Amino acid sequence: MIEPLLIDKSKKGRLAYCYPSLDLPRSFDQEFAYLPSHLQREGSARLPEVSELDVVRHFTRLSRMVHGVDNGMYPLGSCTMKYNPKLGEEIARMAQFTEIHPLQDISTVQGCLSVMYNLLEDLSSITGMSWGSLQPCAGSHGEYTGLKMIRSYFLKKGDVGRTKVLIPVSAHGTNPASAAVNGFDVVEIASNRKGLVDLADLKSKLSDEVAALMLTNPNTLGLFEEDILEISEAVHEAGALLYYDGANLNAIMGKVRPGDMGFDVLHLNLHKTFSTPHGGGGPGSGPVMVNDLLRPFLPKPDIDLREGGYVFDWDRPDSIGKVSMFWGNFLVFLRAYVYILRMGSEGLRAAANHAVLNANYLAKKLAPYYEIPHTGGIMHEFVISVKNYKEQYGVTAEDFAKALIDEGYHPPTVYFPLIVDEALMIEPTESESLESLDAFIAALIRIAEKAKSDPASLKKAPVSTPVGRLDQVKAVKDAKVRY
Amino acid sequence: MIYPYIPHTDEDRAQMLEALGLSSVDRLFEVVGEDLLLEDSVPIAHRRTEDEVQRMIDSIAQRNIRGISFLGGGCYDHIIPSTVKALSSLPSFVTAYTPYQAEMSQGLLQAIFEFQSMICEITSMDIANASLYDGSHAIVEAALLMVNAKRGAKKVLVSETIHPFALKALGTWVLGTEYEVVPIREKDGVVDLSGLVIGDDVGGLIVQSPNRYGFVEDYSGIADLLHEHKALFAISSDPLSLAIQKTPGQWGADIAVGDTQSLGLGLSFGGPSCGYMAVKQPLLRRIPGRLVGITTDAEGRRGFTLTLQAREQHIKRERATSNICSNQALAALMTTIHLSSLGWHGMVEAARQSYAKAHYLAHHLGQLPGVEVMNAHPFWCEFPVVFHDAKRMRKFLQELRNEGIFAGVRLSALTRKDTDELVLLVAVTEKRSREELEMYIAAAQRVMK
Repeated sequence: MIEPLLIDKSKKGRLAYCYPSLDLPRSFDQEFAYLPSHLQREGSARLPEVSELDVVRHFTRLSRMVHGVDNGMYPLGSCTMKYNPKLGEEIARMAQFTEIHPLQDISTVQGCLSVMYNLLEDLSSITGMSWGSLQPCAGSHGEYTGLKMIRSYFLKKGDVGRTKVLIPVSAHGTNPASAAVNGFDVVEIASNRKGLVDLADLKSKLSDEVAALMLTNPNTLGLFEEDILEISEAVHEAGALLYYDGANLNAIMGKVRPGDMGFDVLHLNLHKTFSTPHGGGGPGSGPVMVNDLLRPFLPKPDIDLREGGYVFDWDRPDSIGKVSMFWGNFLVFLRAYVYILRMGSEGLRAAANHAVLNANYLAKKLAPYYEIPHTGGIMHEFVISVKNYKEQYGVTAEDFAKALIDEGYHPPTVYFPLIVDEALMIEPTESESLESLDAFIAALIRIAEKAKSDPASLKKAPVSTPVGRLDQVKAVKDAKVRY
Repeated sequence: MIYPYIPHTDEDRAQMLEALGLSSVDRLFEVVGEDLLLEDSVPIAHRRTEDEVQRMIDSIAQRNIRGISFLGGGCYDHIIPSTVKALSSLPSFVTAYTPYQAEMSQGLLQAIFEFQSMICEITSMDIANASLYDGSHAIVEAALLMVNAKRGAKKVLVSETIHPFALKALGTWVLGTEYEVVPIREKDGVVDLSGLVIGDDVGGLIVQSPNRYGFVEDYSGIADLLHEHKALFAISSDPLSLAIQKTPGQWGADIAVGDTQSLGLGLSFGGPSCGYMAVKQPLLRRIPGRLVGITTDAEGRRGFTLTLQAREQHIKRERATSNICSNQALAALMTTIHLSSLGWHGMVEAARQSYAKAHYLAHHLGQLPGVEVMNAHPFWCEFPVVFHDAKRMRKFLQELRNEGIFAGVRLSALTRKDTDELVLLVAVTEKRSREELEMYIAAAQRVMK
């Protein structure tokens, strides 16, 4: 099934939308000058000229060539592809929210501000932090914001020599990238045999040049960093701060708080933990939450509840300033708020419990067929290695992933974290039922058997999709990125 | 206890725990340690049913007041065809992840490819990415690109007429880094580029048109001057304005940035919107964010895939061109559907009608006592009105609000400067009917007489 580009269906004179005709007085045409010619556009842009039904069919057909959580299981590690409740979608489309301008008088946006304020209160309770900002639009934007606050905190103290950020080798790629964008030098921390932070390596790299350690907990192997209190003590003793990458908060939501672990600042991914949809890559939302130490440095404006209602507070002299155009991805906040209201405090704990139960059940059932290099304390996700299959039968992690597509599943995250060879990182989330886990296990067992009996067939996968494996070298070489 | 988003029955749990050889789920959390495990739930409210949440949100929503909007300042109330909401709500678009698995994401990849193409067409540039967070973020990424593209570049020249919030975002970006944002002063409401000094440490210049006041700026000769000094030229624009004003490509810019809010995204209290960036061919390997390209499979079938990923954080980590990962894909899809519905004809119509209606209102407000319409420069759909005194301005805003009209954005709300207190930015789009314009004019005449 190939859907042509919409531009290739264009026919001159066809319209999908008609504007009302301009109804200003005719005499007015003479009363204003059009843009001077040297400021005018030359020529037109090639946009589709099609009917409304053409548009509808085009995008409906495209949507059939996309796999979402609504289509089937999506065990994509570190991405928490849980169910996105329909109530959130309904509420995020209410005109009383979508038709509100960000610069309206404050007295006319009390509903929006109340959502933001109450969401921040709930997120503070859930994380054990003092307060936060909803401005960052995604996880890595939250990292950028949090690290900027750390930078400002040390500059304010006159401590200008802290130019390094420590990051475990197992960390998400955004961690080092965000540190670099902020002008920090990145220093890698090794993992120990259990897959956890190597304490000795960490301690040897702590110094008065270190601004922060960035940590994901549970880490990207799905393991809880059991030495976290000792890590926290060591980092703080060296005068540095501790940053929490909240990508994996779903494992411990409502049960363990990053604030209690000693983290000074963190970001959350509302589009992972709090069930807002991923939208094909965004929009997400990456609120930053801080303890009292860093609170003065939060982006501005802050939201405050005063007599007479909610206000934006711009009077924050130590603030790092603005990180997004207006107040952040409001419609994403709204969905997350609805999710928290629906689940309640016990429900959030239940989500974490079942996410961890599902991952452990999968790991247990798959262990006879797949190597799981790190099993000490699996939480919400785990990483299998198909290194053995590659050595014996030449079947790679990518082959397993593509074979899963033919079984109707979105593949797990592959080749990550970097410390595991031929890695497949599996996160079922709490949304999947026992039956759906069992079906997934059966599919993986079938593929494992095929890898031994007919490895060549896996190399050809997927065969059930509109296209087979694509020529990536050609895509880079030709770099055809527009019509 | 049963939660609709968690499908496990008691029996399921028992069966799973038995398979694990555990007595309870708590055992799985023992690794956390007693010191850290909370005994009780966190102090937030108990769960609510769908109906309870709907009622609660309804009552919250009632505390938002909508009006006939003449508000702009970076966010505009344009007409949106019904196709946008209907098609962007298709569940697989909404609930998919980033299309890393190309074979099962062809529809999404093709839609992004069409988005990239349309942005290139509108800006007259060669390569557009799959989206950035918003217009201010696109400007920050442009600045980052500039200092990375030229050896020894530490400074970025930035017009003081860019959106005040984008200027603030740039100020945040340079905090604690070795980079510097050098402001280029304005003269009578447009950037003054005479006497531009471009040293070896200057990576480029960023300007905006229509600028923070709504004025269309003239960049004659600027691109050549910058290129002589190996500096890059970036223009930020409301993309809808590019249906009628000279495009970044036509001015000779290397980078075009902005926000597609005016193309199908609505107001939504300011977000999500969608930043865009388009560049000229030589910057192909420097553009931040995701890119979709065309290639073929083993049977020669055309397919789409994320490409040139060696620029990105998940491959290059600290050496990536940017730290961006998640973008605004669904908002970019909305813009793609919007533009597919409008076509070029519709886009020009929306831009022209906005122009005409804004000039109609400006013409009438210009005849009122007590205010001056600043019109020394050409403008598109937004213009500044300067009041003679603050009290009258407050009364003006209040009286119009009483009639259900949001009359404009106070410039001081954006710049946070008292000196801008008397300036009101008035925006008029094609969506404002003749009747609404006459209501505004009549109310304004009553207050200012």
